[in-house]
Amino acid sequence: MNKKLAQQYWKENLKYLVILLSIWFTVSFGFGILLIDELNQIKIAGFKLGFWFAQQGSIYVFVLLIFVYISLMNRLDKKYNIK
Amino acid sequence: MTLQLWIWLMIGLTFSLYIGIAFWSKAGSTKDFYVAGAGVSPIANGMATAADWMSAASFISMAGLISFMGYDGSVFLMGWTGGYVLLALLLAPYLRKFGKFTVPDFIGDRYYSNTARLVAVLCALIISFTYVAGQMRGVGLVFSRYLEVDINTGVVIGMAIVLFYAVLGGMKGITYTQVAQYCVLIFAFMVPAIFISIQMTGNPIPQLGFGSQGADGIYLLDKLDGLSMELGFHEYTSGSKSMLDVFFITAALMVGTAGLPHVIVRFFTVKKVSDARKSAGWALLFIAILYTTAPAIAVFARTNLIETVSEKKYDELPGWFDNWEKTGLLTFDDKNKDGIVQYVADPQINELTIDRDIMVMANPEIAELPNWVIALLAAGALAAALSTAAGLLLVISSSISHDLIKKIIKPDVSEKGELIAARISAFFAVIMAGYFGINPPGFVAAVVALAFGLAAASFFPAIVMGIFYKRMNKEGAVAGMSTGLLLMLFYMTKFKFGWFGGGTSEDWWFGISPEGFGTFAMLTNFIVSLIVCHITSDPPKEIQDLVEKIRIPSTE
Repeated sequence: MNKKLAQQYWKENLKYLVILLSIWFTVSFGFGILLIDELNQIKIAGFKLGFWFAQQGSIYVFVLLIFVYISLMNRLDKKYNIK
Repeated sequence: MTLQLWIWLMIGLTFSLYIGIAFWSKAGSTKDFYVAGAGVSPIANGMATAADWMSAASFISMAGLISFMGYDGSVFLMGWTGGYVLLALLLAPYLRKFGKFTVPDFIGDRYYSNTARLVAVLCALIISFTYVAGQMRGVGLVFSRYLEVDINTGVVIGMAIVLFYAVLGGMKGITYTQVAQYCVLIFAFMVPAIFISIQMTGNPIPQLGFGSQGADGIYLLDKLDGLSMELGFHEYTSGSKSMLDVFFITAALMVGTAGLPHVIVRFFTVKKVSDARKSAGWALLFIAILYTTAPAIAVFARTNLIETVSEKKYDELPGWFDNWEKTGLLTFDDKNKDGIVQYVADPQINELTIDRDIMVMANPEIAELPNWVIALLAAGALAAALSTAAGLLLVISSSISHDLIKKIIKPDVSEKGELIAARISAFFAVIMAGYFGINPPGFVAAVVALAFGLAAASFFPAIVMGIFYKRMNKEGAVAGMSTGLLLMLFYMTKFKFGWFGGGTSEDWWFGISPEGFGTFAMLTNFIVSLIVCHITSDPPKEIQDLVEKIRIPSTE
């Protein structure tokens, strides 16, 4: 792969990383810690929402994020013809 | 069948399985020994990583800890899972592309320096040894509670098993036993959880169960909040730690997870870069099954416990209370001599002391589940402890045979010689781990939690900048790693062991506990590295080319 293509590939990868890691930060540090008191005002079934994000929701989102990354990168690899 | 018989049966069956696998997957080369021939499928590697990751602490202690900490327990849940996002996105694919055997390999090559390699070996050894001692202790505990053998005999049996498959099979043997161990431990963890969830809420899915109503129509969490406040504890769904400390501890555990050498090396064992990404995803999925169940178990167990013992006559308590009293993990001291159990927050009045570790182990007995479930739990706890111990032992042995002997002391050692050295160091590592298991230094428990701080403060910044910042040079990395490591060691020994004048929580810097200090030390590492690298020369051209190469998965 030539240098220019390689740099383009890297830039697209970095863009994905920034987006996905912002979500990672928001659901855990944001919803689970910093905004916990505000979110705890909302209740879904027996769960206060902030508490739910801290002990359940953030973990589900983490799993989802990695699988989204896998599929984004597989598509990117295909686009740049990387085997 | 009696409980004793069930336990011998379950443990006998699972141990024969592990030994059988070890025979089938004997290592023939150093590549087999260090990275299982780099031919493991992503799902198998995901399971192995999950078993490797979930230790005796995750299996036995975590739910119990959460049940006493309530919301504050979230630091473990988010911290020990969120790190996998960092691993999958920032580390695993690139380290797999780099394609050597160990973490010090990467540090040493990327920073073109044997000093950097040596610092990395030192970090890897400190982290792994503190961690493995705790695992052997866990093995001993399970044996002594369930098989009524002496705790030391338990440690020796555990050592013999690990020795057998780690020395014979290396990473290859360990990987496939870990796959089996994952299946055993997750089954063992889930079965009692599902039973209890149905019992208490009628919902078979524990993750939903603990947000549902009990038989009396009250939401379980509301009930537990109420009970906790009544007895003088803090409200279950809110915490007692400061928000800043929760933030820092969570971050330290996340980053530490991503920097633990025995987890990172698992990603060297797959065929290609895309497989490394995939196996990180599978690993977290497999881990999440246990980690989302643990907070549910915490709520069930705590509610059950309070309702069973609080304000009840001591003579009328169920049989499990007696069993656990014998182990000394549960003690009742009738202070006001009324024959009734007062379980409250106030230490002056409280009569019941509960070791957190029994919450998971006693849970099936408290909920009156059948004997085979209890036996299964014992086998699961052993699987969790053994799989983690084996993974750590491999890091220790490869640090010595590969990073020290092959790369630094005697580079002309033959492949065969290196393999023998690897087996010998694995052998001695097991013996040493066993020694610490039998004679645990008082600080093990404190230090295991801090191993994460050490990993966060040393490895993580060096690896991330090695990939994402082409200009980072050896001076910056070595300065950063050493500062991070020393700062963390200083803070930890000051506040945990009372060195350097000691101090109490009042003296914590910015109110950050030693557990959360890894985040601070990591940030310091980043800053020191960047400053030092800007006042020293750029890394050589071939290193910059190497960085460009590991960023692209293609093989050309």
